[in-house]
This record gives sequence, C-alpha cells and structure tokens, in this order.
Amino acid sequence: MRNISAIIGRELRSYFVSPVAYAVLTAFTFISGFFFSLILFDVDRWARQQVEQTARFGGAAQPVDVPGLVLNNYLSTLEVLLIFVLPFITMSLFAEEKKRGTIELLLTSPVRDLETVLGKFFSAYTFFLVMMGASFLPMISMFVFSRPDVGPFVAGYLGIMLFGAALISVGLFVSTLTESQIISAILTFVIILFFWLINAMGPFTTGVAREVLEYLSIVGHMEDFLKGVIASPHVVFYLTLMFFGLFLTYRSVESLRWRG
Amino acid sequence: MIEVAHLTKSYGAVKAVDDLTFRVEQGEIMGFLGPNGAGKTTTMRMLTGYMPPTAGSATVAGYDVYKHSLEVRRRIGYLPENLPLYPEMTVESYLLFVARIKGVVAHRRKAQVVEAMEKCSVVEMRQRIIGHLSKGYKQRVGLAQALLNDPQVLILDEPTIGLDPKQISEVRELIRSLRGEHTVILSTHILPEVSMTCTRVAIIDRGRLVAVDSPQNLTAQSAGAERVYLEVAGPADKVEQAVMGLPGVLRTQINAVTAGKVQMEVESQPEQDIRSELAALVVNQSWKLLELRTVTLSLEDIFIKLTTSEERVLTTDMPPA
Repeated sequence: MRNISAIIGRELRSYFVSPVAYAVLTAFTFISGFFFSLILFDVDRWARQQVEQTARFGGAAQPVDVPGLVLNNYLSTLEVLLIFVLPFITMSLFAEEKKRGTIELLLTSPVRDLETVLGKFFSAYTFFLVMMGASFLPMISMFVFSRPDVGPFVAGYLGIMLFGAALISVGLFVSTLTESQIISAILTFVIILFFWLINAMGPFTTGVAREVLEYLSIVGHMEDFLKGVIASPHVVFYLTLMFFGLFLTYRSVESLRWRG
Repeated sequence: MIEVAHLTKSYGAVKAVDDLTFRVEQGEIMGFLGPNGAGKTTTMRMLTGYMPPTAGSATVAGYDVYKHSLEVRRRIGYLPENLPLYPEMTVESYLLFVARIKGVVAHRRKAQVVEAMEKCSVVEMRQRIIGHLSKGYKQRVGLAQALLNDPQVLILDEPTIGLDPKQISEVRELIRSLRGEHTVILSTHILPEVSMTCTRVAIIDRGRLVAVDSPQNLTAQSAGAERVYLEVAGPADKVEQAVMGLPGVLRTQINAVTAGKVQMEVESQPEQDIRSELAALVVNQSWKLLELRTVTLSLEDIFIKLTTSEERVLTTDMPPA
C-alpha cells in the first residue's frame, strides 16, 4: 500500500509538471463546457417547441424533463470525449519509464510488480477524476436553477466512472508495449475505437454474431446508465474489462524482465 | 554474501552469460572486467532480480535472486548503466521517492537522503531539477540513489562513466570506503580502476568467466613467462642470435635498432630468471650493456591476453562435438 501511494504521488507530480496535463485538462474543460451550453440551448428550444405545439392543438401541456434530457445528452458527449482524451493520459505511464530506463529502478526496488501496476493505474484514474470534477462544474448550474432527479445523475456518473476505468486499463496495457508515447496513444485510440465501432456493425449481422458484437461494444453498455438504470451486467462488463486490462498489464510488466 | 553457480542467460540461441560460477565474500569489492557485450550488465541484472536466469542460480545475502527476489531487492543498491532518473524531479524529491519505495521508514527518510547526498557530494544541488544537471552530477545522483537504505550489497554498473578525473577519484574513494562494511560488485572497462578499487577481479569474455583473482595475483601469475627488457650497444643480428642460444630463452623481440644499439625483449620459461646469464653473455661478447630489467605485464596486457587468446577463440568458434 505504501509503495502504491509512493508511485501515485510521484506520477501525479509528473503529470502536473508536464504541459500535457494542463493542455488536456484545459481542452477537456473547454470542450465539455461548450457542449454543455450547446445541449442546454438545444434541449431548451426543443422543450419550448413541444409546449407551444401541445398548446396549439389545445392539449394539456406535457411536462418535459429538461434537466434529465440535458444530463443524458451531456454524459453521452463526455463518453465520446473520453475516447479521444484518455489515450493522452495513459500514453506515458509505462512507455516513458521504459524510455528513460527508470523501469529498471522500479523493477529492482522492493516493490511488487502488481503494486507498480496498481500505482500507475490509480494515478491515471486520479487524473481522470480531476477531469470529471471539471466536467461537473456546468452541472452545478442545473442544481442551482432547477430541481433535477438525482437518480440519473448517480447512475450516469457511475457509468462514466466505470467506463473511464475500463479505458484506462486498456491504455495502461498498451503503454507497456512500447517506448514511444505517440505509438502508445495512437494504438490505445485504435483499440478503443474498434470496440466503439463494433456497435455499428451489429445491425449488419444476425444471431449469435450480433449478440457478441453488441456485447463487446464499450458504448452499448453505457446506454442503460445514461437512462438512469444501474444494471449489474453492465457494471460487470466494465469491471471485467478493467480487470482484464490490469491482468494483461501485470503480465506484460512481468515479461519486460524476460525480454530485458 | 554473493554466490553464483552455473548462472546462464540465453536470448534464443545466443548465450549472453554462459555458466558463470563465483563467490563474493562479505566486505569484498569485486570488479567485473570485460569488453563491451561480454555479459557484465546481464549478470548484474540477474543479481539484482531485474531478470531471471535461464539456468543456474545466484544467491545474494542468502536469498535466491529468483525465488526470493523481493528479499534480495531489499538488501541491494543498484546503479544501472542507464541512469534511472526522472528528469522533471528535483534531486531531493527524487531521492525521497526512491527512499520511499526502498522501504525506508518515514522518520528516517530525510536523514538518509541527506546522508546519501553528502556521500556523493550533491547536497548543493538538492533543489535543482535533475534534467538540468550535468552528466557528472546525474551520475552522482544515481550513485546516491543506490546508497539509500544502507544496502548490504551494492551493484554498480560503470559507476565512474561520464565523470571528470577529479570526480572519478572521489567516487573511487567513496567505493573504497565501502570496503569491509558493504559488499560491492562493480563493472568497468577502465583497467586501472580495477587495480585501484577492487579486492578481486573477475574477467568475463563472451559470457564466460576467464579468470577470478586479486588484481595482484592476476598480474603476477598470468604473466606465464618472464620477460626481460634488454638494451645493448652491439650488432643487432649477432646479439639476437647469441641471446637465442641461451638455455631457457623462448623467444626474442626486437623493439628498435638505432646507431649500433639494439633494444629487445626476451621471453624465457616461467620462474627462470635469466638476467645474470644475459649480463654475462653481453660482457663476454664485449658489447656494452645499457639496460637490463624485468618487464611486468600490466593488467591491461593480461586482460587482452585472456580475452583474445587463440585457445579461447577455438573453443568458442568450434561447433559442439
């Protein structure tokens, strides 16, 4: 535990002395804020139209859940943003250690390989949580100016947390494969993109193939969370992906010793 | 303290380290000597638990480097050839981090770091960013890192590389001061370094151990034959002929012939001092004896002799029967 926190501490300090962290954080905050306003205006216009239309046809106005719709759209936007941003956060984790030779220090100090892997994972995850904190800022206005349902918030953010954990473990694994941060980021992005697009191939197939493709889609499993439902199969899916990524990382770090 | 038995590391068909067996007693300073690519770094990496051996075993402080890797790693300080430094950190924060992952308890960390910085004279650089330091200072920060947690065994891969002469002698002094208390293995390809700092030398060539002994014994015994330097005022060909005629002389080698003078080296059978015979010969022939002395082989000569001997080439190049 002490070793894990030592590694997290060092890694976070490295994040925040490098311009990459600030660039990613700034871009993410700006883009997510931008999309939030866009979504808010869009939903607002749509809701007013709905009210006008029902009034024109003399019906009783149906209540429109504006905060719920905004939340739903905002979280699915965040999901897509993360696919682009997270590879930049995980790219350096092991790749940079390999390039600098500091991996030799980590692997010859009395730290278990698993502790190194977990330390790296949690440092990237902590940075991800900071990003999520920034993404939550626009949401505060929703709580100030309206009374949204808390359920969907909890479910949606839980989904995003799990989604982030799964993606980070994939990126962590990829970063053990190369000494180049660029290759690490691109490869991570390609892998995530593949699991994202698998969803789009679903409708062209039938039967078992379709079920498999839909099950493997990393975005497909987010849908229920976005609707405000916490369903255990989806929780299990992301956790499985995370553990699988961590396992591969652990094995890959172990193999660094054999490959020298 | 360190016991290595039949240690082997192969990469596919290539044997980087081939059947090494040696011991290093507590308090000794063992020097690894060998040309580039001889397997020094690979051997050190196996001893530090960085990579497992393909065959054979090694124990450090009583623990097997593979089976009880963590116990071994708790007891060693390792300076890899590629310095394991984080360029964005300050010297002090880097050393504090290393102290932490080496398991130095919190209240001892600060003192240990200061002590290591003092030993390696980097105290005045403590607040500097490592990336901005010169090669010499980086090397010393790397050394300071290895000294943290007062390890029983120090494994130093090329500890003086990149240092200026003054720093080199400081580092050598530091390593010498560790003798007795710590057990040190260091690799180098600078020969005087070995004779100055090490109590024993292991010469490694193409993954194999060629010789292990104290630097003095190596210089004394590996000579194989006695060599005598002779300078005579007289006709070169006649002198050579006469010298070759002496009993026990194996071969002669003329270094220079200048204006009636000849400088030559005479090799005789081991343990046979032919200086008096040579002197008598010269006087009898009424030439003039200008200089006569034994030639001791330097460690460098022995090293070259051992790593390039014909027998060696034959045994490694021949396919196994």
